Amino acid sequence: NRAPGPAWLGYSSPGSSLSLSLSNRTSLIDSTCSDLFLLSTRNDDLKEMLESNKDSLKLDAMKRIIALIATGKNASELFPAVVKNVASKNIELKKLVYVYLVRYAEEQQDLALLSISTFQRALKDPNQLIRASALRVLSSIRVPIIVPIMMLAIKEAASDMSPYVRKTSAHAIQKLYSLDPDQKEHLIEVIDKLLKDKSTLVAGSVVMAFEEVCPDRIDLIHKNYRKLCNLLVDVEEWGQVVIITMLTRYARTQFTSPWKEDGLFDENSETAFYESDEKKTKNGDEKKSYMMDPDHRLLLRNTKPLLQSRNTAVVVSVAQLYWHLAPKHEVGVITKSLVRLLRSHREVQYVVLQNIATMSIQRKGMFEPYMKSFYVRSTDATHIKSLKLEILTSLANEANISTILREFQTYVKSQDKQFAAGTIQAIGRCATNISEVTDTCLQGLVLLLSNRDETVVAESVVVIKKLLQTQPTQHSDIIKHMAKLFDNIAVPMARASILWLMGEYCERVPQIAPDVLRKMAKSFTSEEDIVKLQTVNLAAKLYLTNSKQTKLLTQYILNLGKYDQNYDIRDRTRFIRQLIVPNEKSGALGKYARRILLAPKPAPVLESTYKDRDRYQLGTLSHTINTKASGYLELSDWPAVAPDQSVRNVEVIEPVMIHLYFYYPCPLITQMKLCVLESSSEAESDEEKSSSQSSEESDKSSSQSEKSSSESDSEQKKTTKKPPQKKTVKPTAKDRYYNELFNTYGYTVLSQSKCLSRSLFSLCILTPCPLSCAAALLQVSGPAFVPEKRHDLLHRMTGKGLSAQYQFPRQPCLYQPTMVSVQISLTNTTDHPLEQIHIGDRGPTGLDMHCFNTVECLLPEASVTVSLGVDFNDSTQAANFQLCTKEDQFSVSIQPAVGELFLPATMTEQDFRKEQGKLLGMNESSATITMAAENTTRQPISRQVATVANLGVVPSGQDNIHRFAGKTASSGAVVLVTVELRESSAALITINTEKSVMGPMLLRDLKRALTRA
Amino acid sequence: MINSLFLINPSGEMFLEKHWKSVVSRSVCDYFLEAKEKALEPEDVPPVIHTPHHYLISIYRDKLFFLSVIQTEVPPLFVIEFLHRVAEMIQDYFGECSETVVKDHMVMVYELLEEMLDNGFPLATESNVLKEMIRPPTILRSVVNTLTGTSNVGDTLLTGQLSTIPWRRAGVRYTNNEAYFDVVEEIDAILDQSGTTVFAEIQGVVEACVKLSGMPDLTLSFMNPRLLDDVSFHPCVRYKLWESERVLSFIPPDGNFTLMTYHVNAQNLVAIPVYVKQSISFFECGSDGRLDVTVGPKQTMGKTVEGVMVTVHLPKTILSINLTATQGSYTYDNGTKLLVWDIGKLNPQKLPNLRGSLSLQAGAPKPEENPSLNIDLKIQQLAISGLKVNRLDMFGEKYKPFKGVKYITKAGKFQVRT
Repeated sequence: NRAPGPAWLGYSSPGSSLSLSLSNRTSLIDSTCSDLFLLSTRNDDLKEMLESNKDSLKLDAMKRIIALIATGKNASELFPAVVKNVASKNIELKKLVYVYLVRYAEEQQDLALLSISTFQRALKDPNQLIRASALRVLSSIRVPIIVPIMMLAIKEAASDMSPYVRKTSAHAIQKLYSLDPDQKEHLIEVIDKLLKDKSTLVAGSVVMAFEEVCPDRIDLIHKNYRKLCNLLVDVEEWGQVVIITMLTRYARTQFTSPWKEDGLFDENSETAFYESDEKKTKNGDEKKSYMMDPDHRLLLRNTKPLLQSRNTAVVVSVAQLYWHLAPKHEVGVITKSLVRLLRSHREVQYVVLQNIATMSIQRKGMFEPYMKSFYVRSTDATHIKSLKLEILTSLANEANISTILREFQTYVKSQDKQFAAGTIQAIGRCATNISEVTDTCLQGLVLLLSNRDETVVAESVVVIKKLLQTQPTQHSDIIKHMAKLFDNIAVPMARASILWLMGEYCERVPQIAPDVLRKMAKSFTSEEDIVKLQTVNLAAKLYLTNSKQTKLLTQYILNLGKYDQNYDIRDRTRFIRQLIVPNEKSGALGKYARRILLAPKPAPVLESTYKDRDRYQLGTLSHTINTKASGYLELSDWPAVAPDQSVRNVEVIEPVMIHLYFYYPCPLITQMKLCVLESSSEAESDEEKSSSQSSEESDKSSSQSEKSSSESDSEQKKTTKKPPQKKTVKPTAKDRYYNELFNTYGYTVLSQSKCLSRSLFSLCILTPCPLSCAAALLQVSGPAFVPEKRHDLLHRMTGKGLSAQYQFPRQPCLYQPTMVSVQISLTNTTDHPLEQIHIGDRGPTGLDMHCFNTVECLLPEASVTVSLGVDFNDSTQAANFQLCTKEDQFSVSIQPAVGELFLPATMTEQDFRKEQGKLLGMNESSATITMAAENTTRQPISRQVATVANLGVVPSGQDNIHRFAGKTASSGAVVLVTVELRESSAALITINTEKSVMGPMLLRDLKRALTRA
Repeated sequence: MINSLFLINPSGEMFLEKHWKSVVSRSVCDYFLEAKEKALEPEDVPPVIHTPHHYLISIYRDKLFFLSVIQTEVPPLFVIEFLHRVAEMIQDYFGECSETVVKDHMVMVYELLEEMLDNGFPLATESNVLKEMIRPPTILRSVVNTLTGTSNVGDTLLTGQLSTIPWRRAGVRYTNNEAYFDVVEEIDAILDQSGTTVFAEIQGVVEACVKLSGMPDLTLSFMNPRLLDDVSFHPCVRYKLWESERVLSFIPPDGNFTLMTYHVNAQNLVAIPVYVKQSISFFECGSDGRLDVTVGPKQTMGKTVEGVMVTVHLPKTILSINLTATQGSYTYDNGTKLLVWDIGKLNPQKLPNLRGSLSLQAGAPKPEENPSLNIDLKIQQLAISGLKVNRLDMFGEKYKPFKGVKYITKAGKFQVRT
């Protein structure tokens, strides 16, 4: 029962796959022809092919179906046959089925549900790409009934190990939201989670989801703001656009305006210039005190390199960011890049030129040096030409007007008459804006009145009319000239303009105006409406000024108008008649007719259509179409007072918290404040210098700066769980590192977490699976215990009165993550001040060290604590160096106990076991000991272990097994300690680490500590 | 973001549609077709059209309209840039971007579009990544596919998208390792009647064809990087190093790509390689005019100017022309009034000249403005700005690659007003 006909020749029996594939190409083209009869029979054929058991046949059928979809044909009736193949093993076939499903699931909801289980299974696949594509298709099936399944899948995917899957889940959020907006709250939770993601892959997609679902939840951004700024350069280009747009909006709500102080640079507001001068003298202090929020600066700095992107959308988004956020004198950096985009595709030019048009109205200076780039070429498209014209007009000033007018002269002659007309308008605008050239322009325009082209003449008339209005006194001969031309001009707008001019200045041309009216009376009925209205106007005005000559004419015209077809004209006629012709019924208005009709009228202001486009954020669709597009998010005004800045401080990236100490007399503090604290909410740094008691107070303050001359508060530190890291800063802090650090992070997030997060992040990206989990497990935590024990570095006898002691604060080193930090307290026991205490020669051992900055002066009986970073290379080899004063040098050495070379880590018991499983055999060392009686419970064991080694406690399910974990500072190798209690105070200590030297050493130390009473 | 895409040919037929969200009826294109009717040339269709419920953003390229349908606020350039990427991708896959090519590879184009966007947001736009997912057709492969029944869809799961360098795939192997760089400079200029320069600038681009095994890390340096005023880079270039040391350091994508584009410092005077003597005049009375154009070499730095071509859009009122060329040949299309004079190589001894008479339609007024001349030219082995590549170094791999640099100067938008 097959339809006969030539079209069938391509489709031989389904059996011969070879001929089918060969005919594939032609059949695709055939199938696009829209013969309905053939189509339905073909679909039968396709069904048959889909039900066969040969993949090649099915594939062929699917290709033809997709071709149908691509050309916009309906292939929905094949749904049951297609959906059966969703679980196919053939990847290509599967892909095509997915494509089909996504297209038709919405129409065939019940049948679509058949496929869901396949996707649910695929969501658990070990291959990340399969997981991702399953989620992609599942979320694209717009069937409301599966919303809960989608929600679950999204939540799961959001915590997937693979950043690619997480990216897909960010896309799925938007899809689910458009399917069921009621899920908003749950989706926001997922967005919040994904915003914290550190992968560059995810960043762009999740911000897109944020913009779509909850753009008003700016609070979700705070904690991620700095991260987003720092990741920006590495995000893919499309994500960059979205993030930059969002951050622009964010910044406008969070920072204060950088524009106030430099009103000076705002060339268009000259009043502001003088005002600011005045204000300066009054409250100059207040002015100077504007200091850009470091976060604001961070954004500007990190987006600037993107001006060099090849993606035009990125360049314009950075440009708009600078336009909306940067101090006025910095906006100039975007000019070159925008001009560069003018070399790009025509459509790109169009959008860029629109943005430049808006900018150039406010800031001529930005684009003036590039004026020639806006010269029009005869090959430009019409809309490009008019935009260039617009910009050239905006850029015109006294200095360059002659060049521009010369250029305009060429344009007026253009064959594109619409463009020529636009040029004439532009000349008009230049003439009104720059009074020096008004006369020249007017004369030029009058010359154009004899042009052969009608549109040019008409446009000239209209522009001349506007120009004359600005200075009507002088130009009666121009009006006369125009009256002469009147007969030859047919364009209604131009005729109307001339009539209006006659009427308005009828007293200047008393001879001509009535004559023109006479001509108009003759041709009144055949004129356009707009001309008729102006004729009535002219008649009325002449009637008032020169009723002797024109009374009859006026009445004639009013009579014609009374019976006109257009009600506007009838209406106007009636109104005018009542107003000017005195009769018994005319009211009080009649008296004022002259004053009403011949009132002096303000000259029109010729201004750009781009004048108030800047109410829309530049670069947006709304700006381009000059109306609010749906989904447009307003850019808010700068807040008068910046909201709390500390919300952006990131405290819990890693559970490492580093406190700052300030240790210096007053002037130094102030200096520090200038470079560091300016922006922070910290207000009490003054207190730090004076008393050790202030430590508790400042601990409470958000900045966590602390004073530490007291050594006795280590108990206290233990309880706060985040003991302070000592950090000393010299008065002449030239160290670029600090500056960088402070500028970038305010100062709370310090280098340690930065480096760590970066390395974790790169691991996550590079390695799909096992390594990243290992790295992720190794979260460095704060130390469980800080030993108070101090070791002598330099005795006061050998040190000629300078005594030095060191201790291990057990904090990740600030200077470099591989270093162990050491605190040294220096005390002057002499009776004279010691000067220039610093570290000298470090000897040949070659241990990498970060020295403390020179202590310029240590007064008698005073002591100072400085911190040092030493990279021990995971060995207990001593660090030898020389401690120098101005006069002397002392050789000293720091001998670390093996336990100090670790950093504590947190992990779950499960992860612990997994890691332990990898470190068996050679990497394991163990010993059985007899424990001291009091050491058999959990607390004492933890304390003893923590005293010996800087390890973190791993929560344990069993009472008799205690686990501790850490990693070595230098190489980051995992160190695992297990203490298993046996009967009668016997215990088995096991240490697993790949550092085969450190293992036994640690074991020895632990044995000693646990057996000792 | 992007809701749907329609491909439309100049006669208004929609021959491909793809929807990334709910299906949008193709009747939405009527607004566009209306605007297209209004425009004189296809280039004049406004790129952004506002309809009651949708926004239409379109590009016109290679005689095809790419029309996207948008429902909410989105930066228009984002869409325009993406549409151009689609066109480039088609070009890259099938050698050209045209209606026939798209119709011939309908399924593959559709699959590519599916991969490029997810829910209207770009997912994979790097050619290297796409090619791993969907292999471009080659004659050999299509024969093999037919015989063995295998397909163009990559069966290995790709990793490129997942790495930190998404533009390069892993495991590239070549027997001949080679890296070629073309420095192409274009002169944009407007000359007025008397031959003085109204405006001139040089834009350059460094195109690369890199076929190197493994993960090479390349460093390209210039003799005179100071010439470069404004630059834009492929994402692979490390911007920090450019800022500090003025060298291009990058891990290149595999195959052809644009490494950088640049603009030459505006302070440098631009050498104009040719001069044009022309006179086009129409007689006030009577209905004809004369045309006389001579082209000669000017500042050519001792090189030969090749591929010279003069294009003139004659006024609409021209009825016929009767010209003779002393060198090369000219073609004239009376429908579009386009006169193209293909000169070829410039010989300084014997300057090419085109002269003859133009006749206007009877009764038509004398044209207001003389048509401007668009000049095309090419100079091999010369970068007109004087830019020179200093050296190319490779790190990260052991073999010795073959390296080559070529310079070409071309006319960009080179226009002579008459």
